[in-house]
Amino acid sequence: MWPELKGSGMRGPVSVDSGASSGDVAPAETTVRAPLAPRRRRSWRQAWRRDWQLYSLAVLPLLFFLVFRYLPMIGNIIAFRRFKPGGSIFGEYWVGLRYFRMFFTDPTFWEAFTNTLVIGALTLLFCFPLPIVLALLLNEVRARRFKRFVQSVSYLPHFLSIVIVAAMVMQFTSVDGTANQLVRLFGGDPVAFLQHPEWFRTIYVSSEVWQTVGWGTILYLAALTTIDEDLYQAARIDGASRLRQTWHVTLPGIRPTMVTLLILNIGSFMAVGFEKILLLYNPLTYPTADVISTYLFRMGFQSSNFSYAAAIGLFEAVIGLVLVLSANLISRRTVGTSLW
Amino acid sequence: MVTLGTRRDAPRTRGPVDSRGYRIFRIVNTIVLIGVVIVTLYPFLNIVARSLSDEAYIIAGKVTLVPRGFDVTGYKLVMSDAMFWTNYRNTVVYTVVATLISIVLTTCYAYVLSKPQLKGRGLLVGVALFTMFFSGGLIPNYVLVTSLGMKNTIWAVVIPNAISVFNLLVMKAFFESLPTELEEAAAVDGLNTYGILLRIVLPLSKAIIATMVLFYAVSFWNSWFTAFLYFDRQDLLPVTVYLRNLIAGATSAESAAADADKVQAAATFQAVTIVLTTLPILAVYPFVQRYFVSGVMLGAVKG
Repeated sequence: MWPELKGSGMRGPVSVDSGASSGDVAPAETTVRAPLAPRRRRSWRQAWRRDWQLYSLAVLPLLFFLVFRYLPMIGNIIAFRRFKPGGSIFGEYWVGLRYFRMFFTDPTFWEAFTNTLVIGALTLLFCFPLPIVLALLLNEVRARRFKRFVQSVSYLPHFLSIVIVAAMVMQFTSVDGTANQLVRLFGGDPVAFLQHPEWFRTIYVSSEVWQTVGWGTILYLAALTTIDEDLYQAARIDGASRLRQTWHVTLPGIRPTMVTLLILNIGSFMAVGFEKILLLYNPLTYPTADVISTYLFRMGFQSSNFSYAAAIGLFEAVIGLVLVLSANLISRRTVGTSLW
Repeated sequence: MVTLGTRRDAPRTRGPVDSRGYRIFRIVNTIVLIGVVIVTLYPFLNIVARSLSDEAYIIAGKVTLVPRGFDVTGYKLVMSDAMFWTNYRNTVVYTVVATLISIVLTTCYAYVLSKPQLKGRGLLVGVALFTMFFSGGLIPNYVLVTSLGMKNTIWAVVIPNAISVFNLLVMKAFFESLPTELEEAAAVDGLNTYGILLRIVLPLSKAIIATMVLFYAVSFWNSWFTAFLYFDRQDLLPVTVYLRNLIAGATSAESAAADADKVQAAATFQAVTIVLTTLPILAVYPFVQRYFVSGVMLGAVKG
């Protein structure tokens, strides 16, 4: 029905002589499409002639991406090949899945894998919702000066090098540091926190909260200012209390931001704080602190087993990609927000 | 009608009169936020206090917010270590060079990506975006940089991280928000693409470029891992790795201190180095903070 209508409408006055059947629509469309193909080919040439200066600006950045981003992706091929330091960057000969079998049967790998999941989950559990809470609290502050001050102070740790943060954590948790001053205040015995595996996760997550929560509020605070004031008025007329206004107006208002940040957080789940853990852990705390990336680092640079480490790295990167893709897909299906 | 009137007269705050519960909440809220400020700032103040304290008080765990047994031996020792200054200078050099390269590459690419009529633009965007979610990983990168002969050269720290995709998107969003009429007029006047970029677009983009400079400069200033990975010689290291080696317990300064039998300063050493490396950031932070915030917002609009 629809194509016939469209066809007759298109031809209108011309179609007097033809049989006016639905079959005519197809050739009509191909005649429309036919000149498109050569035009597209020609337009590449046209585009080049018109925009070659623009394209020339893209050459160096593109080269950067190809050499320093895509070549290493291809370089992962050494996960399947024997690699000799100083030899080809793509390895010497094929060994198939040997290195994958090696780490799949390696208990240390599975310990690191579990630790990655646990630390990743704890980080997500605290570092995702706390900025939302802080943003909501800040949003209720009416004294602008005070609000500005709290914001400025809470953003500050974001700008510190991870080395400085690690050094501060070491000072804070050392036997003579603040944490143990508190322990002694409550009559306990000093603990060398960084030497005890059972404390590592607490230390890691709290320092992560300390460094990221303030900065994490920025996007939420921005989203909060875009919520329509009329919605609050309407809610008030309906007799909604402050709490209910927050629940029914504020939170839905910042939901797209929440979902986007959640997807991004999930995407970085596998790469949990590699640098910080590398700075803070030691053989005593390996049982809880060693994650895939640090294990990979030791395998690669201390045991010089590049292919083995590359296999682990590839495994990690693929899981990361799958995580972000599925989070994105789920969120598009359920709440209609997605990254692209 | 009456309700309509009061609604219009009501202040922009939510609700004409605060309920008792809400007033209590506001007091609690203020206390919580003051707590946040204290928790955030305390570690900084504690480190400063430690850096200025006598070792004996530190070991006894008596240093909190105020220096005890005021002592600047730590500062004297760190600042008399030539390697500290060499590494500090390296940080400055690497930051300047890397930021320069990054700004040029990012600006060029962002400008190209901001042109909606450009053929193949989607592909060019995709090339950059994909690297946000999948990376080659540590080992292949290391193998690549090594085989390019970049180890122990400045290029190892300034090139492999030259373009941050996030910054690229922020800049692209900014260029897209510029009015096209100006560029069109310039094109009619016979300016070519390079001329338009240099003489029309860039002068309009001073604010965003300043923001990008800050983003890049801070990330390069703070970075340590690439240097740690690619530099074998101590005189090439940035100051972040100097600090890293210090907390890992292996620098010339510390051994020098031990040699000189000045064990006294060993614990203040870390604190002093932390203070000296953080100082530049703390000094400029109040003035540049708003640029960071606006940059992040701009990225979020598009991101």
